[in-house]
Parts: sequence; structure tokens; C-alpha cells
Amino acid sequence: MDFSFTDEQQMLLDTTRRFIAEGYSFEHRNRVRASAEGWSREVWAQLAELGLLAINIPEEDGGIGAGPVGTLLVGNAIGEGMLLEPFWSSAVVATHAIVSLGSAEQKSEWLPRLAGGETIAVLAHDEASTRFDAMTIETRATPRGEGWELSGRKSAVYHAPAADLLLVSARVGEEWGLFAVPADASGVMLSAYATVDEQRAGDVVFEKVALAAGSRLGGDARLSLQAVLDYGLAALCAEAFGAMDRILAATISYSRSRVQFGAPIGSFQALQHRMAEMLMHLEQARSMSYLAASRCTDPDPATRSAALSAAKTLMGQAARYIGQQAVQLHGGMGMTDELDVSHYFKRLLAFELRCGTTDQHLEKYRRQLRAA
Amino acid sequence: MDLDFNPEEQTFRDDVRRFLDTELPADIRDRMRRDDASRIRDDIVRWQQILHAKGWGAPGWPVEFGGTGWSKTQQYIFENECALADAPAQLAFGIKMVAPVIMRYGSAEQQQRFLPRILAAQDWWCQGYSETGSGSDLASLKMKAEREGDEYVLNGHKVWNTLGQFADWIFCLVRTDPSAKPQKGISFLLIDMKTPGISVRPTRLLDGTFEVNEIRFDNVRVPVSNRVGEENLGWTYAKFLLGHERTNIAGIGFFKRELLRLKQDAAGVLKDGRSLLEDPAFGNKIAQVEIELTALEVTNMRVIFAEAAKQAPGPEASMLKIRGTEIMQRISELQVELLGPAALAYRPDDDGSRATAAYLNLRKLSIFGGSNEIQRNIIAHMILGL
Repeated sequence: MDFSFTDEQQMLLDTTRRFIAEGYSFEHRNRVRASAEGWSREVWAQLAELGLLAINIPEEDGGIGAGPVGTLLVGNAIGEGMLLEPFWSSAVVATHAIVSLGSAEQKSEWLPRLAGGETIAVLAHDEASTRFDAMTIETRATPRGEGWELSGRKSAVYHAPAADLLLVSARVGEEWGLFAVPADASGVMLSAYATVDEQRAGDVVFEKVALAAGSRLGGDARLSLQAVLDYGLAALCAEAFGAMDRILAATISYSRSRVQFGAPIGSFQALQHRMAEMLMHLEQARSMSYLAASRCTDPDPATRSAALSAAKTLMGQAARYIGQQAVQLHGGMGMTDELDVSHYFKRLLAFELRCGTTDQHLEKYRRQLRAA
Repeated sequence: MDLDFNPEEQTFRDDVRRFLDTELPADIRDRMRRDDASRIRDDIVRWQQILHAKGWGAPGWPVEFGGTGWSKTQQYIFENECALADAPAQLAFGIKMVAPVIMRYGSAEQQQRFLPRILAAQDWWCQGYSETGSGSDLASLKMKAEREGDEYVLNGHKVWNTLGQFADWIFCLVRTDPSAKPQKGISFLLIDMKTPGISVRPTRLLDGTFEVNEIRFDNVRVPVSNRVGEENLGWTYAKFLLGHERTNIAGIGFFKRELLRLKQDAAGVLKDGRSLLEDPAFGNKIAQVEIELTALEVTNMRVIFAEAAKQAPGPEASMLKIRGTEIMQRISELQVELLGPAALAYRPDDDGSRATAAYLNLRKLSIFGGSNEIQRNIIAHMILGL
């Protein structure tokens, strides 16, 4: 039992936090948000420069190999700064997918470009037609000549508009396959939009997209894809924790300075108890983010799944409570676009809905309950 | 970061399990499993003697006083395993409450006189803190202790003395200086329950049991040498003790045991052709509480890890107390919901009413040891800095 971090892990956290403090202020973020692309290629290049895009690439493949705990700490900082860049999509999930499923050739083709920020990849997996049930997909790949033909629809794919490469899950007969699809391939149609948390995403239609033989990553991808999703969920929990931590800090600080009835509102017991409750949600959420990071690479899928569903359920509930109460305690100011509070609030709403909702994970957790 | 016990900690856990397997008497285990408190004094004393014989009588004490010298993690493992094995909880009032105060603030003579007897279960201790007018506002307590030569003369009363009906000794907060500010005029006394003038009246509780008592003191004479530390500094010692009490309240092992029982019971109740464990509505309630307990277990380990570096427990203990008691009360609610209308027939001595009696009794959890509202005040003041 050990809750300390190594010097290397601590350094990753410090590096990311310092970058955000110096180069990603709330005002800067507002300018990025208002830009046409909605994220900054300049920032992306800086993240690459700092080595942060390589944290999920093993050392033998030329990366940093920071693993889930390093990713947890970097994710905390990214959530604190509410970064709009495709860090989670490309540097965590897609990178981890290529590391886990890719051949030596595929890895050497893509990993250096992902680490350097030249290529942005995203995993396109969820489908609205199955109500975002991660274990059900309808997109299909069929053998065509030497290669494949891919058809289907993927929904709410975060950072799809930024992607050069889409990693698309599809049924291959009875198996699942994962396919690397260039974003500009013929038959790929993107309908892009901004998400409720001010990031960019899209629905993607694949209409008889012709793929080369070498575009498939690995064989039957059902189990390995589940592992990739679990890894991504742990990282998303880390980002959500960072946002919860900041929105509570903002609320405590506001309650100390906002004076009504001749006293700081933080001196009123009703509000003190509310903030004590927020803090307990936060600390329980922190524990669950640790559990998620610790178990997301467990070789046993059942252990992984139980821990991650437990984490997502509790953290989704914490995100809702902390987010709602933060807006409430800020009063009218919590409703404005001007303060960061409303932006954290929206980030936390998106967290509740992404990678399986709170209800979906509670249900998943219930199904594995055993009386032993 | 590593959430799992290391090999040495696992070996220790295995040792504890083996000991519990062989040394915990079957009759005691059976009564604890049924929440049967009819022989609670004998059960606790006998178990303490067995632990003492093994050298495990005081998991939290340093070796110099006859303790195990275990790390915080080892203590945590030991308590969890004991609870999971249905061992009786050790009597906290002696081992975990008055003993640390005597070790920290008591005289060498007090340490030699009292500590070995606590360890060997020769003295049964109870706590005399609350009074009718002084609950959450404990510092307002009024029980008088007037100095006459080398004695204090005590007049007043104490309430909510848990298991005080069996007590040989009581530790009390008393008012030695009525003119000082409330916190400044309190002293900490050790009192022999056989002293003339002490009368104990059990308080009947909502579940029909007699767990707590009211104790009256009429001109009770206590030697000044039974005072711990300095006169009028009792509040400092009491605060030190309360910190200890809260850390011990989380009781993860006990909650896990009760949750397992809930799941086993739910698996045995059929509704619409499936068990209530598999029923979406009831199953989700169990899933929710199990998830919260999982988080609390990690939080508890985090606090232990952080405390290992420090001396006294911090205000995080308040958080453990609140969430822990909420989770336990929720489990006990679900145990009653599982019974449904069958919980109406109330026979406290019958196994069938175990869950109902526990539900009634466990409302105490969010009230004692500093109510959950007081804990929220502490969090607001100490952690949030409000």
C-alpha cells in the first residue's frame, strides 16, 4: 500500500501544470475556443515539445512509457486547465490502441508521428444506433479484393474534425476488427459540431470505404478494444477529477470574498456544510480515480470492468453534485460565461455522459454483483 | 502508487487470518454473527484475554507499554480481518480511548497502575463525557469537581455511558474551574466505579436494549492523584482522544461483513423468478452502496498512509466518520427493505429481527463520537478554512 508518486511521475504533473499556468490561462483558452478550429495547433506543438504526447508510448518504441499513473497526473492537470486540444483522444486512447493492437510496422509508421504531434488519431467506436453501448456495434467490414470495405456510422467522436487518422471498430463476421482509416479517404463523411463542453466532435459516416489489407490492427479486437476503452476511461476520470478539484477551489475562494448581510457567505453554516459535502464527494472521487488508474491495466477483464464501472459511477455522481453546487453557490455569477465556473460545469456534464453514462455503469456494476 | 498490500503486509494478513481461524471461540463467533449481546461482557473479556495471551492485546500501543508496535497499516489489516471473522470489537473505551491519553499525558504511576490491567481485561472502562445539557456543545459540561485537600468532591451526572453497566472504571470530564471560559476549566479524572455515591441507571433504547446508561455522582470523593495531566487542561486531552475515536470509527471490515450479509440475504429472496440481488431496482441500490464502500476503503487507506507520517489524526478523520456511518446506515436500511413487511413482527431476541434491531440501533452512528453535523463544522473550519 503506497500512495506516493515517483519523481518522474511528479515531474510530469509539474511540467503539465507549469505549461498551463504559463501558456494556457483562462483568457487564452477563451481565444482558442473562439477560433475556427476550436483548438490550437501551436499548443499541440508545445505539448509534443514537452514530451506529453509520448507518455503512452513505451520506451522501447521511443516514448516515455508513463503508464496509467503518469497519465492520471497529466490528466489531472489537463482537467484543471480544461484543455481543448485532442490530448485524451489522440495521445491517450488512439495511441494506446496502436500500442496495444498494432503490428511492429504499424507502430513504427504511426507512433513517432503521434508523439511529434504531426498526426492526430482518434478512436471512432460508439454508435448512437446502439444507444452508446460500448459492447455493441453495427459498423461492418467485409473482405474486398486484397483489402476491406467498411460501412457504418460512428457518433459523438471527440476531436474527429481534428483527426488525420480514424481508428474504426467494426464487425468482421463474428469477430471485431479495428481499422485505420485516413480521415480523407473516399466515402468518409464527417458532420462536425462543438460539444456541450466546448470541444469539437463529429458524427462520421463510412460509405463503402475501401481499405488496404494492412489497415487492420491486430486480429479479433473485442477483448483488446475493451482494454483500450478501460484505459481511456481511467484517463477521462483523471481529467474529471482535475476539473472537480478546481471548481470546488473556486467555490471556496468565492465564498470567502463574497459579502452579503455584512459577512462573507462562507461564514454561513448552510453553505459551509454544502462545501463540506462537496469536499467529501471530491475526496471519494479522488480515491476512485486512483482505483481506476491502478486497475485499468489489470489482465483480468472482470476486475478491470468492476473497478472502472465503480469509478465512473461514483465520479459521475460526484461531478454532478460538485458542479451543480458550485454554480449554485456562485449565485448569478455561476450562470455567466465570464467565470470559469460555468465552463468547468459543462466539462463535468460532458464527463457524466462520455464513455458510458452513470446509469450505464451502475447497471454494469450491478450485473457482476456476487453474494460471495 | 500501489493500492494493494505488499508481500509483507499480505503475509501479516494471512497470519491474522490463521490466528482467527484457530483461536476465535466458536460460541463467541456465533453470537457475534447473530448480534447476540446477551453475554457481551464475557465475550469481550474472553476474547481480549486470548488476544493478550498472543501478545496482540493492544494493536495500537507502542511496545514499551505492552502493545504490538504495529504500523498503522497492520492495525488496519488486523481490525478488518477481526471484523470479517465475526470477532467481537475490542472494548474501545480502555484500549483506544483512555489508554492513549494516559500514555501521552498520565503520570508514570498511572501508566503502571492502569495500562497492564486494560491490556489483560482486568478493568472494564467506560466514558463519562456527555451530560443532559451538554451534547454537541460538550465544553459547556457542568459536573462539579471541588477540591478538598487531596481529593475532588464530585456532584453531577453523565449520560450515554455505553456499556457502563459493566464498568470498573470511568474516565470523566469534570468542571474544576466554573469561573474560567468553558474550555479552560475542565479536568480529566479517572474514577473507580465502586466509589460510594455513584449510581448507574440503564437507559432503555428504541430497539429495546440497554446499551447506554445514566450515571449520577453524589458527593463522590476522588483522589487528586487520579487526575490525568494538569488541572483545567482536560479539554486538550479530550480533543486528543476524540481524534483517536474518529479514526477508529470508519470500520471498513465491519461494513464489508454487513454488505456481504446483505448480498447473501438478497440472493436468497426470489421475486418474479429471480433473486433480489439480480433485481434491477434492488440490485442497483446494493451496487450503489458497494461502490461507495469501495471508494471509502481507498480513502481510508489514503488517510492511514498520510497519518503514518504524522502524529495525531487530522480532520480527514471527520470525513471518514461521516461517509462511513452513512454507508453503514444505508446498508442497514437495505437489510430492512429486504425483509419488507416481515420486519413488522419485532422480536429483538430472535434472529429474524436482527436486521430491524440493527437498523434501529445504528441510527446512533451519525450521532455519537461527534455528530455528523459537528463533523461537517470541523471539515469546514479545518480543511476548507472557512
